[in-house]
Amino acid sequence: MNSLSSASKPVENYVEHPKTLAELRAGIVAGTTKAADLAASYYERIAQKNPRLNVFLSLTKERALAQAARVDDAAAKGDTLGPLAGIPVGIKDVLVMRGAPATAGSKILQGYRPPYDATAVAKLESAGAVLLGKLNCDEFAMGSSNENSAYGPVRNPVDTERVPGGSSGGSAAAVAANMAVATLGSDTGGSIRQPASFCGVVGVLPTYGRVSRYGLIAFASSLDRVGPFASNVRDAATLLTVIAGHDPHDATSSPAPVPDYAAESDKGAERLRIGVPAEYFAEGLDPEVRACIETGIAALQASGCTIKPVALPHTKYAVPVYYLIATAEASANLARFDGVRYGPRSKDSATLSDMYRHSRDEGFGAEVKRRILLGTYALSAGYYDAYYLKAQQVRRILAEEYLRAFNEVDAIVTPTAPTAAFKLGEKTGDPLAMYLADIYTVTASLAGICGVTVPCGATKAGLPVGMQVLARHLNESTAFRVARAVERG
Amino acid sequence: MTARVTVEEVQRVAELAHLELTPEETPRTLNDLNAILDYVAELNELDTSGVAPLAQVSELLDRADGGMLRDDHVQPSLDRAEVLSQAPETDGVFFKVPKVIER
Repeated sequence: MNSLSSASKPVENYVEHPKTLAELRAGIVAGTTKAADLAASYYERIAQKNPRLNVFLSLTKERALAQAARVDDAAAKGDTLGPLAGIPVGIKDVLVMRGAPATAGSKILQGYRPPYDATAVAKLESAGAVLLGKLNCDEFAMGSSNENSAYGPVRNPVDTERVPGGSSGGSAAAVAANMAVATLGSDTGGSIRQPASFCGVVGVLPTYGRVSRYGLIAFASSLDRVGPFASNVRDAATLLTVIAGHDPHDATSSPAPVPDYAAESDKGAERLRIGVPAEYFAEGLDPEVRACIETGIAALQASGCTIKPVALPHTKYAVPVYYLIATAEASANLARFDGVRYGPRSKDSATLSDMYRHSRDEGFGAEVKRRILLGTYALSAGYYDAYYLKAQQVRRILAEEYLRAFNEVDAIVTPTAPTAAFKLGEKTGDPLAMYLADIYTVTASLAGICGVTVPCGATKAGLPVGMQVLARHLNESTAFRVARAVERG
Repeated sequence: MTARVTVEEVQRVAELAHLELTPEETPRTLNDLNAILDYVAELNELDTSGVAPLAQVSELLDRADGGMLRDDHVQPSLDRAEVLSQAPETDGVFFKVPKVIER
């Protein structure tokens, strides 16, 4: 059944497809599936696969099994169960869970046990989800390959010699290998969409403010989003419905009502106007990826969408704008990691400033230091106007360009990434080459709009390709409808 | 905006960021920063005079709720003992750090 092939040694493949959320939940409601058994079977699969894939950093078994028992009791009594009753879910290790390790993939938070739950995590559990554990990621979500984790890289379940993408590599790989039915990740410049594309799963970038950031360890606060991964579009939509909504703990969270995104996604894509920006199909796009996306666009046309070109001429400036703004915000956000309130403190420092410096030096990895330095430089006296202010001005140009395009079309489709998953170690020596892996995702991050990445074919070597479907602010329903049509093919 | 970063500037920025750079790390950091700054210099092609900076996107969302600020009243917060239990050194009330003032 598996048609993967390789020139030399055989590809090591861990891909396995979970049942749909609706199927699993129906079994739990009927009592034919016990949530406790389901959780146990997922922990078994994790025990088998994790030594090779390095997807989970820690497990929260006690909490998971207690929740599964509650769900089974409620089912036995015939109580109404939540939309995620008994569903095994994994959490990216940048979202806090009370009492569980929260490393953010960094040594600087080793041993930290946060005293509260992130809002998105608490909402999942209230809906009945069973939280299996914490998922590996690039340190402080900074990276596009998961190779910046202080706890070792995740391997791509499709081909273990390749990266899963980043920074939410563990979240994407867990779903691809069926080590969780669904997961949460975070996306600042593409960190949900690009790994979802590399691992062949669905990933959602909700509108900025759609999901509370409370309990998300901050990277770049004006860009950070929390969003779900699942094996199919409808399941991802169900998860977003659960985690979305206003939160008094996050002043940037939107008060807009939350629709039933799964039901919205059932509406079909007929008569929707789909924009295709030539700028996302220019030099640098792998020809095999292009062919997959063109096939996906043809499928949309066949299902009744109107396809039309849109112009996004400033696209090429998005990566420089993104790296200036994200690093500037990161340099401020990461100032809090200083050996005073959490995480390890460097021993034998006579003065406070030595203690700060040594604790940070021992705790942060190379990419995090590089970004803090770049961000500090861009914000420093004499350079602020030339770099940070300039980047914010171009950010407005980019955002308005998208808004203008959405006057003409309902959704915009692009490749999610310029290539399929690359090899481990292929780009680690060249930070700029790594940054360009985000070339198709950062603009939506800067503009605050929403999107879904959906599997859209594979290369000849069997590597998954993802199509990015973007929609205007708070218009996730449209993105889900289009993604469903791509999924149907 | 195409200024070359110097060793002195890298060291000053590291100091501002409370980061330590070893003598071996400094030249590599210098190269990386210059490469990235050369790349972002592309933004100079754009005339942005008269364009207001966009710090965050809420203003694009046309919010009809009249602002996002909550009412200001006292609410329970995290338990002090639980929070302090995560710190490297405390006296039960305050975080403790190495001596700041020499005398």
